[in-house]
This record gives sequence, structure tokens and C-alpha cells, in this order.
Amino acid sequence: MTISFATPLFEGNLVRLTPLDHDKDAEVVAAWTHNTEFMRMYSLQPVRPLTAAQVKKQFEQIDKEMDESKRLFHYAIRSKEGDRLLGEALIEWIEWSNGTAFIKIGIPDPADRRKGCGEDVLCMLLRFAFRELNLHHLEVVLPEYNVPALRFFEKHGFKIEVRRRQAVNRGGRRWDLIHMAILRPEWEARNERQK
Amino acid sequence: MKDKNELAADLFRGKLVRFCAADPESLSKSFVHWTHDSEYWRLLAATPPYPWSQEGVRKFIEKDLEKDDPRNIFFAIRTLEDDRVIGELGLDGISYTQGETFVGIGIGERDYWDKGYGTDAMNILLRYAFTELNLERVTLTVFEYNARAIRSYEKCGFRVEGHSRETLHREGRRWDVIFMGILQEEWQALNA
Repeated sequence: MTISFATPLFEGNLVRLTPLDHDKDAEVVAAWTHNTEFMRMYSLQPVRPLTAAQVKKQFEQIDKEMDESKRLFHYAIRSKEGDRLLGEALIEWIEWSNGTAFIKIGIPDPADRRKGCGEDVLCMLLRFAFRELNLHHLEVVLPEYNVPALRFFEKHGFKIEVRRRQAVNRGGRRWDLIHMAILRPEWEARNERQK
Repeated sequence: MKDKNELAADLFRGKLVRFCAADPESLSKSFVHWTHDSEYWRLLAATPPYPWSQEGVRKFIEKDLEKDDPRNIFFAIRTLEDDRVIGELGLDGISYTQGETFVGIGIGERDYWDKGYGTDAMNILLRYAFTELNLERVTLTVFEYNARAIRSYEKCGFRVEGHSRETLHREGRRWDVIFMGILQEEWQALNA
């Protein structure tokens, strides 16, 4: 992909990154919290089903934090075709003086996966983080049982940096927690090769 | 270690130091004094130093204590010898479901560097984390340029679990942040 100013930052081949729509999205996100398989892949917090009203409150928190901390970018992932809410994407815990941040991408419905949406989202997040926010180090933290995600980030140039041994307790056993990251020069070199 | 005499031992007392509550008045005074020392701050934190006022820090500590969040526990470190506050130690983001916590420690008084005070405090903390909070592991991060701290953590039994590459940008170059961890069974074996 050749990137230029004319390439939109928040519009990929299949999806767009948009703000949350508090009224329309709450119901859908509340349904995600009932999807325990997804939630256990996505978060280390104990799984807990939420009502749409509870989710709306979380949305308000998210908007408030984005506004006040300036350390968070939270996006809703929507399909270009049909404008359906597919998931969420985050750049969080930004440390401006060091140029570091963490990212998260969640696409809960298996029917929306393996179609290139995740790749679309990751390309946009990386470009925005490296070419607009001018960050240096982007990191993702994954439990070792989330094999599809580990493969996905590895395929896109992320390298394993830290293995927190047995830091996750799920399903009656302990698992490692893995930190992967990509540096801006590594991402730029990949772009060069793909031209 | 397995009998009830162990329960009578003072969990907050080590060989050189003891843990106390984070009293807003005295700790804010110490904190402002220590963090005026920019080297101390740059060994302790990844964010830029900031000209804190004692009043501001006192309010911050008071607010924190008011929240009474069981996921964050903060101690002042005092010497056994003369009861002087020489540093601070905090558990940050304890996850009781995953059995893990991060720990941060700072010995602000320079006269007490390189003499085993920090190591003693960390040993108190590990005993507290593993025998009272019943955690499975303790995690910390340390900066590549802080060799003194790395040696101290290794003495306590922490192992390097990886390098977060180039995540500190200071004095014109980039440095790694090193992750270290110790598991409960490793600590048990060291203290059997």
C-alpha cells in the first residue's frame, strides 16, 4: 500500500473507525459481554454480563477519559457495507514523552472474522499511531491461549518482548501473559518492502 | 513457617526497615523532598518529573486513602534504627482474580542507597504478597540504566522475563524497560 496524505486515516477497505454512538451501540456491546468465549480472549477482567444501561455508563466514562487524559483513542469499528458495528479498537495508555502506547482490537462475532477486517483495522491504527501521533513503540498484551491473535500480530511484524510467566488464571490453570510490540522503524521497513 | 508462631511474627518488620501507613502529612513532605532530586525521579518513573507542591501531594495521598481501593496498597518505609522515613513502596493494580500485582519501590534518602535497605523492604513485601494476599506472582518493571535496582531485585529472587525495547526516551537516546517477576513457588523455595 502506498500511503499519502490522500489516503484516508480512518477508512480501510472493509471497515471504518468511528466514534461511539451511545444510543445505538450500547445494545450491541451489551450482547458482546454475554459472549464469554470472546470476552475471555479479549480481557483479563472476570467475565460479567452487562445491561445496555450499564454499557452506556461505560461509554460516558470512555468519552470523559479521552477528553481529560489525552492518552486514549477509542474507536468503534463499522462495516463500510451496511454500517454495522463489528467491534472496537483502542490506542491506550499513551506516554507522550517516551512515544509508547498499547493497542487493542476486538471483533466479537466469529462470522466477522477471517475476512480481513482485523488487518484493515490494524493497518489504520499503526499508521495513525506512527505517522500522526508520532509514537515509537506500540504494544499488545495477550494471554498465551489466544493463539489466533498471537499469530495475527506476529504476521504483521510484532515481536514477543516479555513473557509474564503464569500471570493469568483461567479455566482452572495458569497461563503466561505475552507482550508483543512493533517499533516505528520496523513498521516503516515493512512498508518499504511492500511497495 | 507452618505453625502458628509464624502468625505472631511482625509481618511489616524486616532486618533494617519496617512498613508503616502512608501518613499524608509526613509522606508528602518526604515525597516533595525526594522528587526534587531529578536522578531519583528518573530512576523511579517513566513520566517526566514535575514540580510537585507539598500541598498538592498531601491532597493526592488523602484522596487515594479515601478511595480505599483494595487493588492499591501503599507503604512508607521507616528504618528500625531511628524510625526515619527513607522511602515508599506501593502495590499497584493488584489482581486478586489473576493472582498478580505490580510493585514499585523507591528509597528517596540517598544516604540509604547501596546498603540493603531497599532489598530488605522488597523482602518484606514478598512475604506480605505471598503469605497474606495469597498472590501467585509479583511483577515489576525496571529501567535498563538502573543497575543498582536490578541487582537488588535479583537478590530477592526476581527473574528477568523480557525487555520492552526502547520504551524510555531520555537524554537523547532510547532505553529498554526490563520486566521481572517472581512466582510464589520460587519464593517458597528460596525461603524454605
